[in-house]
Amino acid sequence: MKRYLPLFFIIAAVIAIQVWVTACDKSFYLTQLTMSAYYTIVVIGLCMLMGYAGQISLGHAGFFAIGGYCSAALSGADCTVFSHSATGNLFVKLGLLMVKQDLYGSSLVQLHPWICFGAAILITIFIAYLIGMPVLRLKGHYLAMATLGFGSIIYKIVLGTKVFGGADGLSGVSPFEITKGFSICGSMAMRVPNYYFAWLLVILAALFMQNLLHSRAGRALRAIHGNEEAANAMGIDTARYKLNLFVISAVFASVAGIFLTHFNGGIGPSEASTMKSVRYVSMVAVGGMANLWGSILAGIGLNFLSLRGYFGSFDEAVFGVILVVIMLFAPNGILFKPGIPWKRKGEN
Amino acid sequence: MDLLEVRKLHRSFGGLHAVNDVSFTVKKGSVKGIIGPNGAGKTTLFNLIAGATKADSGTIVFNEKPVHDKPCHEIARLGIMRTFQNIKLFSKMTCLENVMVGRHVKSKAGMAAGFLNTPATWREEKEIREIALAKMEILGIPHLADTDAQSLAFGQQRHVELARALAGEPRLLLLDEPAAGLNMQETEELGKTIAAIKDLGITILLVEHDMSLVMSVSDEINVLCFGQVIAQGSPRDIQKNPEVIRVYLGDDNA
Amino acid sequence: MSFALILQYLLSGITTGSIYAIVAIGFNIIYNTTGIINFAQGEFLMIGAMTAISFSAFMPLPAAIGCAVCITALVGALVEILFIRWLKNPSVLRMIIITIGVSILLREAGLHIWDEKVRSLPYFTGNECSSISFMGAHISPQVVWVLSVCAAMVLLLTLFFKYTLTGKSMRACSANRRAAILCGINAKNMVTLSFMISAAIGALAGCVISPLTQTHYDCGAPLAIKGFIVAILGGLGNTTAAVVAGLLLGIIEAASISVMPVAYKDVISITVLLAILFFKPSGLFGNKEAGRLKEF
Repeated sequence: MKRYLPLFFIIAAVIAIQVWVTACDKSFYLTQLTMSAYYTIVVIGLCMLMGYAGQISLGHAGFFAIGGYCSAALSGADCTVFSHSATGNLFVKLGLLMVKQDLYGSSLVQLHPWICFGAAILITIFIAYLIGMPVLRLKGHYLAMATLGFGSIIYKIVLGTKVFGGADGLSGVSPFEITKGFSICGSMAMRVPNYYFAWLLVILAALFMQNLLHSRAGRALRAIHGNEEAANAMGIDTARYKLNLFVISAVFASVAGIFLTHFNGGIGPSEASTMKSVRYVSMVAVGGMANLWGSILAGIGLNFLSLRGYFGSFDEAVFGVILVVIMLFAPNGILFKPGIPWKRKGEN
Repeated sequence: MDLLEVRKLHRSFGGLHAVNDVSFTVKKGSVKGIIGPNGAGKTTLFNLIAGATKADSGTIVFNEKPVHDKPCHEIARLGIMRTFQNIKLFSKMTCLENVMVGRHVKSKAGMAAGFLNTPATWREEKEIREIALAKMEILGIPHLADTDAQSLAFGQQRHVELARALAGEPRLLLLDEPAAGLNMQETEELGKTIAAIKDLGITILLVEHDMSLVMSVSDEINVLCFGQVIAQGSPRDIQKNPEVIRVYLGDDNA
Repeated sequence: MSFALILQYLLSGITTGSIYAIVAIGFNIIYNTTGIINFAQGEFLMIGAMTAISFSAFMPLPAAIGCAVCITALVGALVEILFIRWLKNPSVLRMIIITIGVSILLREAGLHIWDEKVRSLPYFTGNECSSISFMGAHISPQVVWVLSVCAAMVLLLTLFFKYTLTGKSMRACSANRRAAILCGINAKNMVTLSFMISAAIGALAGCVISPLTQTHYDCGAPLAIKGFIVAILGGLGNTTAAVVAGLLLGIIEAASISVMPVAYKDVISITVLLAILFFKPSGLFGNKEAGRLKEF
């Protein structure tokens, strides 16, 4: 179980930081740490895709946005008209539709948040398969540009569509109730539980990824990255593996998008922008393309600093510098973990 | 019994007929060699059988199942494994991991099982690891298990590739110029290794330039020239065949 | 639709299309010599225009543009020397990320040097109200400038690559770098030169389009994407095809405005990109073998 050791360190650090922050009365740090956690989930998924399967994606922010926007739009949709129909009544009885009081006392019928969640994930999976099938047949520059194009399309769609709030995005997104007494939202009272929930997801994501890497499927993925032709000759259906991994990493991004949107109470088109996608890529690059723990550290560190405003107006420039410097001098990342079974040989 | 049957295979690239109406069979348990001057179409023929390219026309039947229309990875699943002329080991993986990938066709844990690390996979992983190590021992390289595959010497990399192909327990093993880049002593050892593999009951088809190797290990040899089979027979017959001699040495030395 | 309206759309499409073509040619020059796709190409247009705008405050316009082109060419050389020259056998992925990073750096540098205001060069002849009547369509004289400058650039480049020794040396480098080196061609310098030329033509294009589309620190990226789409559409590396493809894309975009909301105009071009990548990655005019990636 040596491979799970870093996970225990992370859990310990998460708890320690929370205790320390609360004691120092700087609880507002928790908000940014929670947001960083959600962004880190995207980075973990991307690390799987780029580092281990070797497929670059310059449009992953698009999947984050699909999750966030779909969940926001669905959970905010007023289903009063629908609830009066026969199926609508059935839904209400099953609890799928909730009847609530809004601020002005009139009744509001909304979809249950888990329904929105499920629908958003299904939409993500559908789109990921649709895009992935043709895109993953491409290589190198072509793959990069195709994913960039995909991210751009999502950005333009959410920017130009009224349902998604256009340039203002969606706001006033309702809290996501997980259990009685705890929901994903931005309220101060729930800051600590939200922090732990987000980090629980990060740990689960890291756990799954570690498992995958040491499994037969993970070996197959690394083989595809190592030499795709030989992998095919050894009986690995490379197209299917690449596609499945692409979809899984898209789902990681989407889940992060959904919960972060509910936590923030809103989402804007900038979450789908190319700059966001580039940021995710740079975090994977800094951590070391194929280094899970490095990606997590980079994800947390860079996101937290950026959110706290430490980079000021140079925010985007910092990520640009990081990308260039890392790629020029340390293409295998700077957070090098010793003890990885294979020796690094410099270049891909 | 004929394990592999190639019938009227055609493959051209533009105007060049790389493989032109080639037909032959490979008996189960035998070693068949394919030789011929450069540009004869040997590698193309190899790639056709392994599924790396598709034939323009003709059939390939393996173990009584047609395989000429199947994708590469499925052909591997059916029991044909291969090595590559310019060794294609997986970068950033150890030798053991490389060989374990060879076992992919005989194992079944999928991505879901991978994510969840179910107990069922533990047993399978252990088995894959043991068999991979066993194959490496057959080839005399168990000590290389944890070294980075690409840092090895060429001859050692060849052994790893062979172990990887064996790990899949193929019925038919395709060897693409296995002696390329080896010195005389290494070639001799390779000959012994091939004989040992044959003793395991595996049928072997090899493409080779090194005459001493081919003549010593093959039960039957096909000679390819300009995409066509110009001679077929036992090593002794091939050595005496005037057409073959002409193709290799020219007319003056018949 | 009246003929005049069709002509209007056509001319509008050709105008934007010719700018896309110039960006694509810039991509192709660098790609041909090095196998790299330079994601920072769009920034050369922005820097060229911005520099010219700054200089035009105390210089006559032609001099300002001339200086801007030279300075941008130097920036291009600098980019190559600092980031590209000393890399040995970089992987495609690494190069993509580096040039994306460079594009971000140039953009942010532009932001901090010139701030986020939108500016533009003055119209070369006339002003924003002047228009020339052409067969019923009304176009700004700047459009004529754009078309003639682009046509002149394409012509000069073709002559350069076909008839001058330096041009031929660059072509030799792209065909077979090692053989070119053995012939005594300094391949490293050819690479730097290719960056300088791409930067220069980008700068000139940026200047000439500036009165029509305005310039701001962020205008490089969308142009780069369009330019890349055009380069792929024509077939990576093929300059004449880039011109045809550029005009084609410009016209498709202009026509699309008549059937769908303007907000989705860019979706059209990206869809074209995806369609080409999925069905014929070697481009409209490329063949399969040429469509395979060039390596550094």
